Amino acid sequence: MQISILSISIAALFYLAFIILAYGLVFKVLQYTKTPAPLKIPTMPAPITKAGVIFRMSKEVVLFESLFKSSKATWLFGWLFHFGLFLDMLRHLRYFIDPIWTWVLIIQPFGKYGSILMFIGLVGLLIRRIVVDRVRYISAPSDYLMLVLILCITSTGIAMSFYLGADVISVKSFFVGLLTFDIQNIPADPVLISHLIMVALLMIIFPYSKLLHAPGLFFSPSRNQVDNARENRHIAKWAKELEKN
Amino acid sequence: MADNKFDTPEIREYPIIPKLQRDVMSHSKPFIAKEPHQEPLGFPGELVDDWHDVAIKKMGDLQSKYRSLQVYLDSCVKCGACTDKCHYYVGTTDPKNMPVARQDLYRKVYRRYFTFAGKYFPKLVGAKDLTKEVLDDWYSYFHQCSQCRRCSVYCPYGIDTAEISMAAREVMDTIGVGQKYCNEIIGKVHKIGNNLGLPGPALEDTLEGLEEDVEEDTGVAVKFPLDVKGADVLLVTPSADFFAEPHVDGLIGYAKVFHEAGISWTISSHASEAANFGMFIGSYENMRKLALRIREAALELGVKRIVFGECGHAWRVAYSFLNTLAGPWDFLDQNYPIPQHICEVTHGLIEDNKLKFDKSKNDDMVLTYHDSCNVARASRMGDKPGGQFAIPRNVIKAVCNNFYDMSSDTIKEGTFCCGGGGGLLTDDLMELRVKGALPRMEALRKVVEDNGVTHMAAICAICKSQFSKVFPYYDFTMDQIVSVHQLVSNAIILTGQNDENEENEEKDGKNHSQRDIDEAA
Ligand code: SF4
Ligand code: SF4
Repeated sequence: MQISILSISIAALFYLAFIILAYGLVFKVLQYTKTPAPLKIPTMPAPITKAGVIFRMSKEVVLFESLFKSSKATWLFGWLFHFGLFLDMLRHLRYFIDPIWTWVLIIQPFGKYGSILMFIGLVGLLIRRIVVDRVRYISAPSDYLMLVLILCITSTGIAMSFYLGADVISVKSFFVGLLTFDIQNIPADPVLISHLIMVALLMIIFPYSKLLHAPGLFFSPSRNQVDNARENRHIAKWAKELEKN
Repeated sequence: MADNKFDTPEIREYPIIPKLQRDVMSHSKPFIAKEPHQEPLGFPGELVDDWHDVAIKKMGDLQSKYRSLQVYLDSCVKCGACTDKCHYYVGTTDPKNMPVARQDLYRKVYRRYFTFAGKYFPKLVGAKDLTKEVLDDWYSYFHQCSQCRRCSVYCPYGIDTAEISMAAREVMDTIGVGQKYCNEIIGKVHKIGNNLGLPGPALEDTLEGLEEDVEEDTGVAVKFPLDVKGADVLLVTPSADFFAEPHVDGLIGYAKVFHEAGISWTISSHASEAANFGMFIGSYENMRKLALRIREAALELGVKRIVFGECGHAWRVAYSFLNTLAGPWDFLDQNYPIPQHICEVTHGLIEDNKLKFDKSKNDDMVLTYHDSCNVARASRMGDKPGGQFAIPRNVIKAVCNNFYDMSSDTIKEGTFCCGGGGGLLTDDLMELRVKGALPRMEALRKVVEDNGVTHMAAICAICKSQFSKVFPYYDFTMDQIVSVHQLVSNAIILTGQNDENEENEEKDGKNHSQRDIDEAA
C-alpha cells in the first residue's frame, strides 16, 4: 500500500505535537513539584485532614465550586464546556483502542452531544469576553484566539459527526497505526484534516499557555494545603538554611 | 499628609458592579522609603543603577522559592471571575484594581522574560518589558492591594493576588524602591521591639496608668504585668492596644479575663508587638526576624503559653506561620494550642463557666461584627474549620444582648477588607482607604437602617484604626467601632468589684476622653 505524503505529514505532526506536549508538561509538573511552598497559605476555612483536602479538590475539579460562588454565568459556560470536553474525549478513545472497551461503546451517543455542550459553552465564554467590559479589559489577543481555535476544532468535529460523516474506520487505523509506529493512510478529507491540524496545534500550545491551569489547579497551595500549621511544623529547605546562622 | 481633594463614594442602594474607569487611581502612591528606612532591613537606600537586571533576577529567585507564585503566574485563564471581588475595584472603579489586572502587571513582565510565548510573541500574549512606566504602575497598584485574599476565595484555582503583591513589593525593595510606612515601622521593631518605637520605660508607665484606671473604675486591682519571669502566659498584642482607642479598651478586657480566671500573665518589652509588617512586604527574612523576638521573649521569661491579642494579620502570622518561622515550640505547655488567640482563651473560659457577665452593661449598643480578612481567610480559631467565625461571635453574644450580622456575602470567608490592611494604613493613602472601605460601609449602613445597629466590633488593630478614621467620611462617628474585648470588659463581673452606678458614670466620662485622643492622633 502506498502511504500518501499527507498521511506522513499528519503523522509527523502528531509525533511532534506529542513530544512537545509531553516534554512541556513534564517540565512544568517537575518545576511545580520541586518549587517549595515555604508557608502555610490555604484559603480558610480549609480542611484539617488530607481526606478533607481531597474532598475540597474534587469539588473544585468536578464542580468548579469556587467559580460557582463567584460568577454564575462564567460557571455555567465554563462547566458546560469542560464537561462536554470530558465526554467528547472519552468518546474519542475509540480511535485509539482496539478492541473498543464496552463502556467506551456505551457512551458513544452521549459523547457525541458533548461536542454540542462544548459549543454552547465556548460561544457563551466568547460572548462574555467581548461584552463584559471588565473581562474585555483583561483579555489579550491570545485569549480570544484560544477560544476561536477550540471553537473551530469543535465545529469541524460537529460537522463530521452530525452532517458530513467521516471514514471512521480509516481514521481509527491511522491512529492505531500511529501508536504502533505503523503508519496508515488518512482519508484526504479537508474537514478531517483541518480538525486534526488544529488539535495538534492545541497540543503544542498547551504547555506554553494558560492551559497550564489544568496541572496548576492541583499544585495551588491555597487549595491543596491542609490547615494544620499549629500542629505540624512546616518548613522549606531554603528556609531551614536560614536557621543555621 | 496628602491634601489631595477627593470625593467620598456614595453609598449605593443596590450595589451593582461599577463600570470601569481607566487609570483614575494611578496617582495614588505611598511615600517612598529613604535610606534610613531601607538599610536596617537590608535593602538599598535608593533605586540602584542596574535596577532592571536586579529586578528580573529577583523575580526568578522568588519563582524558584515560592510555588504559589510560580503556579499562580502560569494558571490564570482570564476568566474574570475575580474582577468584581476586590473592594478597591468596587470603591475606585480603576480596572487595575481588579485582582487579575493587578496580577497582570507582574505577569506581563514574567511572561516577557520567563516564558517562551512572551519571549517570541509578546504582543500576542500581552507580555511587556520591565520599563520605568511599568515599575511606576507596580509601585502604585501593588500598594493598592491590602493582601486580603478575597479574590483567592472566588478564583477557580485559588489564585491569591496577595502572594503576587508580596512578591512585587519584595522585588521593589530589592532595587531600592521601598514603601516608607512599612519599612520605617519594621525598622522600629528590629531596634526597639514594637511598631510605635515605644521603649520599655514608656510601656511600663502606660501599663501602670491602666492599672490605676481600672482600679478606680472597678475597685479591683487588676494587674498589667510587664516582663514578669515565670508567668504562665506571654501576651503578645499589637502595640496600638497600649494607647489607641478603642484598642486599649480591648487590652483592659484581656487583663480582666486573665485576672478573673486567675491566669498569671505578662507582656514582654522585648516582644511588645504582635504586628509583623514583614509579611506585608513579602520578606521572609524580615518576617522571621520579627517573629524570633517572640521566641526570645518566651524563652527569657520562661512562660508556658503564648496568647495573641486582637490583631488580624498578626494572627495570620501567629496561627499559620509562627511554628514555621520561630518554632519548634517544644518548650511550651503542649496542652494548649501554640499560639492561642485571646478569643479562644475567653471563649474557653466562658464555656467552662469560669466568667460571669452582666450583659445589660452593653445594652446601650446594638452590635454587628466585622470579620477581619486575615482572621477569616488566612487563619483559624478552635479545633474546627470556621471556628474563626463562630468563636468571636459567640464571645460577643455571651456579653451582649443585641447582635445582628451584616449581609451574608460580606461576612465570614466573603468578608470585605476594612480598606486599610496590608501595610496601607497610612495618611498618604487616605483617598484609597476611604474608597476601599465602601463595600463594608454599605453593608454596615444596611444593618444600621434595618436592625438599628449602633456599633461594629472587630478584632484587628488595623481595622479599628482604619474605621475610626474613615467612619466620619461616611457619616458614622469614630466611636462606633469597638473592640470585642471592650465588650467583654464592659460586661464582666469581677469578684469584689464596686457597685454599678459609679461605674456607669465612669463609662460616660471615658467616652469623651476617647474622642479627644482620636482627634489628637
Ligand atoms: S488580595 Fe484583596 S486587595 Fe488584593 S487584589 Fe485581592 S481582593 Fe483586592
Ligand atoms: S478568577 Fe482566577 S483565573 Fe479567573 S481571572 Fe481571576 S485570577 Fe485569573
